[in-house]
Amino acid sequence: MSKQSPNVSPLRDWQQDLHDRSVPTVSTTHADRRSFLKASLTAAGALLITASLHPRRARAESSSSPGMLGFFVRIDTDGTTHIGARSPEIGQGVNTSLPMIIAEEMDADWARVKVKQMPMALKKIDEAPGIAWKYGPQGAGGSTSIPSAWSDLRQVGAKVRQLLLQAAASQWEVPVSDLRTEAGVVIHADGRRLSYANLAASAATSAWPEADVPLKDPKDFRIVGTAQPQVALREIVTGRAEFGIDARMPGALVAVVARCPHFDGEIESFDASAAKQIPGVREVLVLPGPKHGEPISANLATGVAVLADDSWAAIKGRRALQIRWKPGPYAQESSASLDRQCAELLKGEGIRCREDGDFDAAREAAARTVEAVYRVPYVSHCPMEPQNACVHVEADRVRIVAPMQSPSGASRVAHQLTGIDRFKIDVRMTRVGGGFGRRLSNDFVAEAVLLSKLSGKPIRLLWTREDDMRHDFYRPFGHHHLIASVDEQGAVSSWAHRLASASKYYRRPNVKPEDMWNPEIYPDDFPAQLVSNLRLEWFAVDSGMTRGSWRAPAHTANAFAVQSFIDELAVATKRDPVALRLAMLGEPRELEYGGHGGPVFDTGRLAGVLRRAADKIGWGRDPGKGRGLGIAAHFTFGGYAAHAMEVAVADDGSYRIERCVCAVDVGRPINRSGLEAQMIGGTIDGISTARNLEIHIRDGQVVEGNFDRYRLLRMADAPDVEVEIIDSEADPAGAGEMGIPTAAPALTNAIFAASGVRVRSLPIGPKIAAG
Amino acid sequence: MIKFTVNGAEHQFDGDSTMPLLWYLRDHAGLTGTKFGCGIAQCGACTVHVDGEAARSCTLPVAGLEGKKITTIEGLAEGRLHAVQQAWMEQDVPQCGYCQAGQIMAAVDLLKRHPDPSDEQINTLTNLCRCGTYPRIRSAIKRAAALAKSESAGREADA
Ligand code: FES
Ligand code: FES
Repeated sequence: MSKQSPNVSPLRDWQQDLHDRSVPTVSTTHADRRSFLKASLTAAGALLITASLHPRRARAESSSSPGMLGFFVRIDTDGTTHIGARSPEIGQGVNTSLPMIIAEEMDADWARVKVKQMPMALKKIDEAPGIAWKYGPQGAGGSTSIPSAWSDLRQVGAKVRQLLLQAAASQWEVPVSDLRTEAGVVIHADGRRLSYANLAASAATSAWPEADVPLKDPKDFRIVGTAQPQVALREIVTGRAEFGIDARMPGALVAVVARCPHFDGEIESFDASAAKQIPGVREVLVLPGPKHGEPISANLATGVAVLADDSWAAIKGRRALQIRWKPGPYAQESSASLDRQCAELLKGEGIRCREDGDFDAAREAAARTVEAVYRVPYVSHCPMEPQNACVHVEADRVRIVAPMQSPSGASRVAHQLTGIDRFKIDVRMTRVGGGFGRRLSNDFVAEAVLLSKLSGKPIRLLWTREDDMRHDFYRPFGHHHLIASVDEQGAVSSWAHRLASASKYYRRPNVKPEDMWNPEIYPDDFPAQLVSNLRLEWFAVDSGMTRGSWRAPAHTANAFAVQSFIDELAVATKRDPVALRLAMLGEPRELEYGGHGGPVFDTGRLAGVLRRAADKIGWGRDPGKGRGLGIAAHFTFGGYAAHAMEVAVADDGSYRIERCVCAVDVGRPINRSGLEAQMIGGTIDGISTARNLEIHIRDGQVVEGNFDRYRLLRMADAPDVEVEIIDSEADPAGAGEMGIPTAAPALTNAIFAASGVRVRSLPIGPKIAAG
Repeated sequence: MIKFTVNGAEHQFDGDSTMPLLWYLRDHAGLTGTKFGCGIAQCGACTVHVDGEAARSCTLPVAGLEGKKITTIEGLAEGRLHAVQQAWMEQDVPQCGYCQAGQIMAAVDLLKRHPDPSDEQINTLTNLCRCGTYPRIRSAIKRAAALAKSESAGREADA
């Protein structure tokens, strides 16, 4: 992979960052930064867990053993406990919840914990591909940070505790079995106590335990399962939290790029003379882009970059550019042409993604068949912080500071574009102003790398909102045709989900054409295995839009279609929507689930959230004239969620969510405040998107460019969200995505109940069409 | 040469006077707490106070600021945190946090105009939060109103 890799990473370990004022620290107690600096200065006797009496041996171990356990914790002599946070903080709360897991197992005093973002770090391994995570996985996507932390960071904390216990045992000359721990102290059976602060130095002289050590019994948890405010609160409310856009590199030029607005288009010609007249503009460069139809492995589009002394000069410089673009092969594409394409495709036969029993025969024999088509539009991620990156490419090294969800992807793309050894690519994650899947792609990092390479200067790349909204990896567009039949007894005897969509794998490197449906239909999703004659069929929509992962990817589209359709089926067969769902789920049992979030799907847990949401909203009551109750439940990436809403529809078609309940079972809650926040946020995101959001296409270009036309939900339309957390003891799943998929169908089902109008095409709009 | 104050300190600027205050703050004054979200006065991420009133700095050219007093999120706490900042912490409002400086500046302004705001008055806030923190913002504003009331009661008792 790399030409000549040194054995150890030349990057500083994050512990060194503890002494570096430029790397922000955040604290559970929200003490100000000055007290932290004092703590750092007095940290001479600090416990560096990686240190050892046999330093050479211990270091070798710590750089070769999986998990990198010694890298996360340091205890100062004053008791301050530093815990490293390895995953990017995109608002999902992992800089709080991951350290909580370590703190729990080591029995730290949470009030004394300070958290610091760790940089991305790799290590060399002998097996292919020769490179692996040094601190464990460091991405943010797929709601995976918590489950992976649960499997390795608990051991990190437990091993730290083990070292402290051993240190106390040898100081007192007693067996470890006589000792226990409490928040920050070791206690002997006879009542003697030693604080972690006092034990830290001697504990640091022991070798890091190689074998797994016993973990706490969850009934003894003191931190996991509580509600903790996020650790960076004080920095955020005082404006000191550092996001990617706040990063600075000495001598950096601000780059603003005019990207080709046509899907797969090119530059025909351009004139930069006026741009170069703008004071502060230093250079105008052509940014190369991907070739027609080729996989997108770096940046999204070709363009012209203006490099300037500051943001305003760069923005003005770009405005002054005269560019003639050459439209690409999608110049005719429009939202309407996509709708026509879908309708046409659905008349034919697609790829069979799953075929159980005999759908056609069952449909033939059925007492009653119901069908409907649902439309889900393209939508943009538009994280509040537009894309940006600070990158400096030098002769033999690269430095990247950026808001990312996939820092290893940033390192890979920088290597791909420069040929520089990955161990000489320093990747620093900042706090991230929202991810939603957008920053799983590193196209913006690639642009900054290219521009730094071309100009020879450090580059601070800035995207404006228009750049962000018009150059995205959009949530796929699709039409969902659902067909179900019921037998004489009213049981669902057949089910088909026929989806024509623009696959999110479009132009993704290394994807085979026959796998394009994989991210569009998840074959084990409800009601697979619950209806004996089942067909899942997919049709490829041709579109020039670049697509990608949008928070809870296909679940948002598919849960809308499936959970709306169940409601339609219930209405058509005069059954209660909750009762029908429960009947289909049947006895609580585990079904096989081969997709992400598996290996099992527990019907009882889905029924559990459905019942809880129904109870809380008062399902079955008559909400009065012009009001209706709607419900939906779905399994997303290992977590179960249900929404129940009460909606009032006025005579003019405007509608209001009067109550909104979200019941969630993501296994054992780690941080209840964070979990509740994710459910509130997911719910609002789901409502916002269902209500107003669509990216339209005209002449092979994106229409919407900013929040004036892309109307995110605002305070006046945001309901309160009543979150019901199921107290599960199952291993924790993540929580970043589960709150979205059921929000839209619960809303449209409630609108139907209130008004008799069935919304089958998203977005709903501020008013529903008269029924 | 344009002169104004930012968080009590004198500033002078003789660069491009069409530059919006947002970029002056972020690129020239080293005050990056004020955020860029849209550039067209739609999102409120860039909200600051100009002579004590909320303003969206992305569309305020420096040219119009002669003699104005500007307060940014960095200057909001005077010795101790503002009641709104305290309430934001108590309610654990932020998710990604990117919009929150603007949300706080807008909430401070709302509370100046309506010390005990109704839900309808809170609904007049148009700052965007992509993470969907609106319900907690609403409760934090109510909490801040209560905190401010007890603070001023405390001040009167001291006097
Ligand atoms: S950046 Fe000023 S309102 Fe959005
Ligand atoms: S907290 Fe992320 S945009 Fe508001």
